[in-house]
Amino acid sequence: MLLSEATNAGGNFSLVPLVVFFPLIGLLLNIIFGGRLGEKAIGWLASLASGLAFGVAVLLGISLIGSHGAGVTVPFLDWITIGSLHLQWAFRVDTLSVTMMLVVGGVGTLIHIYAIGYMHEDVRHNGDPGRYRRFFVFFNLFIAAMMVLVSADNYLMLFVGWEGVGLCSYLLIGFWYDKGKDGIGNAIAGKKAFITNRIGDFGFLVASFLMFKFFQPLAEGGVFSFDFDSVAAIAPKVASPVILAITLFMLLGVAGKSAQLPLFVWLPDAMAGPTPVSALIHAATMVTAGVYLVARSFAIYSLVPAAQNWVAIVGGVTALFAATIAVAQFDIKKVLAYSTISQLGFMVAAVGMGAFVAGMFHLVTHAFFKALLFLSAGSVIQGMEHGHHAVEHDPLLRRKMKQNERLGSTHHFDPQDMRNMGGLRHRMKTTYWVYLAGALALAGIVPWAGFWSKDEILAEALHLNPAVYWLLTIAAFFTAFYMGRQVIMVFFGEPRSEPAAQAHENPPIMTVPLVILALLSTFGGFLNLPFIHTFTHWIEYTIHPAAEAAEAGAEAAAHAGPWYMWGGLNLIVAGLSTLLALIAIALAWMIYTRRVEALKSLPAARRPDDPLRSMLGPVFTGMEHKWWVDELYEFLIIKPYVAISRFLAEVIDWKFWHDFFHDTIIAGGYRGLAWIFANPIDLGVIDGIANGLAEGVRGLAAQARRIQTGFVRNYALSVFVGVVLIISYLVFQLR
Amino acid sequence: MNFVIYPLTLTTFFPLLGVLIILFLKAEHKNAIRWVALLTSLVTFGISIAVLAQFDTANPDLQLVARAPWFQIANWTVHFYMAVDGLSILLVMLTTFLTPISILSTWTAVEDRVKEFMIFFLLLEVGMLGVFVAQDLFLFYVFWEFTLVPMYFLIGIWGGQRRMYAAIKFFLYTMAGSILMLLAILWLGIYQGTFTVPDLIAKGGIPDAVQMVLFIAFAAAFAIKVPMWPLHSWLPDAHVEAPTAGSVILAGVLLKMGTYGFLRFNLPLFPEAAVKAAPWMALLATIGIIYGAAVSYAQKDVKKLVAYSSVSHLGFVMLGLFALNPQGIAGGILQMVNHGLSTGALFLIVGMIYERRHTRDMNAFGGLWKIMPIYGVLTLIVTLSSMGLPGLNGFVGEFTILLGAFGSEHISPWFAGISAAGVIMAAVYMLYMFQKLFLGPVDKEENQALKDLNWREIVTLIPLLVFIFWIGLYPKPFFTLMAPSVDKLVTIIQAAAAGLP
Repeated sequence: MLLSEATNAGGNFSLVPLVVFFPLIGLLLNIIFGGRLGEKAIGWLASLASGLAFGVAVLLGISLIGSHGAGVTVPFLDWITIGSLHLQWAFRVDTLSVTMMLVVGGVGTLIHIYAIGYMHEDVRHNGDPGRYRRFFVFFNLFIAAMMVLVSADNYLMLFVGWEGVGLCSYLLIGFWYDKGKDGIGNAIAGKKAFITNRIGDFGFLVASFLMFKFFQPLAEGGVFSFDFDSVAAIAPKVASPVILAITLFMLLGVAGKSAQLPLFVWLPDAMAGPTPVSALIHAATMVTAGVYLVARSFAIYSLVPAAQNWVAIVGGVTALFAATIAVAQFDIKKVLAYSTISQLGFMVAAVGMGAFVAGMFHLVTHAFFKALLFLSAGSVIQGMEHGHHAVEHDPLLRRKMKQNERLGSTHHFDPQDMRNMGGLRHRMKTTYWVYLAGALALAGIVPWAGFWSKDEILAEALHLNPAVYWLLTIAAFFTAFYMGRQVIMVFFGEPRSEPAAQAHENPPIMTVPLVILALLSTFGGFLNLPFIHTFTHWIEYTIHPAAEAAEAGAEAAAHAGPWYMWGGLNLIVAGLSTLLALIAIALAWMIYTRRVEALKSLPAARRPDDPLRSMLGPVFTGMEHKWWVDELYEFLIIKPYVAISRFLAEVIDWKFWHDFFHDTIIAGGYRGLAWIFANPIDLGVIDGIANGLAEGVRGLAAQARRIQTGFVRNYALSVFVGVVLIISYLVFQLR
Repeated sequence: MNFVIYPLTLTTFFPLLGVLIILFLKAEHKNAIRWVALLTSLVTFGISIAVLAQFDTANPDLQLVARAPWFQIANWTVHFYMAVDGLSILLVMLTTFLTPISILSTWTAVEDRVKEFMIFFLLLEVGMLGVFVAQDLFLFYVFWEFTLVPMYFLIGIWGGQRRMYAAIKFFLYTMAGSILMLLAILWLGIYQGTFTVPDLIAKGGIPDAVQMVLFIAFAAAFAIKVPMWPLHSWLPDAHVEAPTAGSVILAGVLLKMGTYGFLRFNLPLFPEAAVKAAPWMALLATIGIIYGAAVSYAQKDVKKLVAYSSVSHLGFVMLGLFALNPQGIAGGILQMVNHGLSTGALFLIVGMIYERRHTRDMNAFGGLWKIMPIYGVLTLIVTLSSMGLPGLNGFVGEFTILLGAFGSEHISPWFAGISAAGVIMAAVYMLYMFQKLFLGPVDKEENQALKDLNWREIVTLIPLLVFIFWIGLYPKPFFTLMAPSVDKLVTIIQAAAAGLP
């Protein structure tokens, strides 16, 4: 594949800057005119801006089909040029970047439209008129930053988008900045996300420094520009320890952005943001940027198997670790958050192993079904809030709730707690059906989208990295279990609270995007069916070594392999994972319907809120408390940092350096010296010798005593006199 | 005397015209005085734009030279010698740009002795411009010391509670460093027979041992001014006590005189010593970056937080300069400008809230975004600029500095690696500050009725924001201005480094 300059390339390639500028124009219009527009107009304007970006992405995709996958680079602006450093803002149009643009633009637009309804309905920000505009401005800004990230032609422009989306994440997590624990919880969650990401970005920065130091001397003409092509071209000539260091530092960045161990802790807290934000930023798009980065850097990762191994292990362990936590969460969004971390682990493991296509495929299907799950969870939450609202305004129901509720007061009612739900499938039919589609896709049941992509990862893992294969397979079992648990707790059984009994469905502006996403989650897997492999061929235009390294075996096996290979699909792997998923769902069904029924005979006080709690004991507590990772970091990093910075500021810098050294030693020493000159020497010695001239001397002493009056002119004068003496000495001596 | 109307001389001394006019105005006519001062500084800015228009970006040497013999001591001639090159042009512009903004910020904040205030302020501008354009060591020293006097009074008269203490400390501390520099200047003049910088560079040939002594003597003056860790003790006092406009100028321009001194004198005059000292300077810079960031985080007074953040930011500048390669030095120069813009803006922002609430204790605030949304948005942008978000100015400077420092032949890459952690720490203290002021519920009664920014306040911030975005998105014109001079400087240093064993 050759990259040609846009000027001599045909098609719609030169339109690519618009994927960034449409959302930017949208947000500028909303900033300038939003005050005069109504809510609806603001939301539709923002959605239109995002939709137009999607339209451009579609045109780019069509052009790519026309050019048989040959991508182009579209230069736009010189950014930083100093000596051997030449950074450009250039756009990259190839099958990989356009895939991302389509996901970001497509899913993004659907979520924009959903948010028009959601942000209107959400009762939590009544009394804050500016919030609607603020929300959509931030949302468009996110689309623009994400487009910068995926359309970048070099690592530094990618980094601009990378930090840009981090900023939007910060702003939107803290969108309700006066809510949360003690009124500041949400703001702190946003800050936590930003800072944790910065730790990852530190890795990214060091990787780029290493690149510059070792790649620049080998670059053509000695000028290095960080663009993907020249990095790929130079990398084989660079010593492999350097490449290993670069890829591992980059992995730190990946762990930050894609919420992998050890930096995943920010993502669950990020659920403090409005639900469309969780769907768009913290599930479908931004958090996949790390996966995209590794796929984009396939040329350098492929050079160092050790680094690939590390990436795969980080992904595999994260996938399993997060899946166990998801099992014991009660907040509907927290379950999905840990699920996202786990699924990102699948993708990271895949691209780490060299199965770039499988990783990207899962990225796409996951964007569909996880966006769907979050948005329908938002629908559930608002349904519950409607129910709560109804209860609050009906004295009869309120009394009833007070009597029956295990959770007591109506004011502290949590509409996100699954323990308060149950039976919602009758009250919210559309939401139930789309949720089910999303859950089946996530659990990996054939033929929903997640099955195909997850299976491709597992099949690749089996022959690339068996250890990771087992990690992922167990994680897949947990996935099916926690999704079964969630669906049953939310939609089946009896309503466990009065609001759940009063909940009702949301308007079409929210449900229509849900239905579209449900269709995508159901049929999205057909992008890469056995025998046809549309998606594989599409991505392989850009990531070719992947084809050679990972796919060659599979392709060969597809045609002449053993009986269980069927058009590139490993039937044993597929069969085993499907079987495990079905067992997990059945298990969830047993526990959360049968067991719950059985437990009802117990008195209310001794009845556990989750049957698993009594079955697993301390293990459940561990999972519920996220294995105390946050507490560990608090103890190991945050508290020491606060203590050190306090110690430096208060003791070292102020008490010692400022007060003691400067004010006591230096200033005091000078005063002491002045006193000695003024009193013992001046009054004692000189006075004693020349007693007769007492009158005159006393005048002199009075003069000298002024030295310690604290007037700067006196100090300055003495300094000045000293300088004059030194100058005169030098001048005369040298003559 | 035709050099009086020469562009650079005119820029430098034009504020004196304003001083002259204000002298004839009655002290009661406060607004007239303010307008005269503002217009004078705006015209000065206009003249400096004319200077910029005449500036030849392809020329690495000193340009727009105004030179005449000034006076003689024995065999030595002191020249009146003003010129700019790529190293100083941006700092000249920064000075003329920040002065009117600072004056505008005092409109309602300074009600007491407006006449004297404006006179000192314009005199200060003369001194600062002189420092950046003087090319004769003697002339430079005169301007350098001259800037102390108006600043001393600005802090000492219009400052806070402990203003006398802060003013005296500021004066003595800086002066103590200058003495060593003065001796070194005299030694140079006597030894080389000239005080003009280009001639001194051309002559060179200072024995290595002496070079190091001279390097340290100059460095003493500049390192205090920057301030480099651990010579920063005067800075929090001066900043906390200074009036807002004083802090803006102090952080925006006066500190740059220190980093500029290293750039203009230490590097080209003593290149061998600079190469040898580079690891030590980089070490102090790195400590300053980390230390400043850690100490900032523990502050309760928002102005003190910003003051300590300067220690961290200026550490980046020093690290870049002593990378001794084009990326590091160019990044360092740009970061001087960036720091002037962002920290200047931060001090303006702090001043705005202080004027409303008369406290700078961060615990007294919270939830201001709801009450003052415009103030919130503008502060957010400045905060992000200060913590180096890509797309805004701070990132361009920090990134090029770190890239240069990491790739430098003269200092270990560890310095850049550790300093990059300062980027994380910057996010910690800046976001903490933003959270304390703007996020959370409005739980203090006094904050409920605060007024959002008025037009004058918005106008003082907008020009800074324009440059924050411009440099972040399209820094090319700025790098173009400095590139040839930076390359020339690097060539001098490389030649010296090649001669070292």
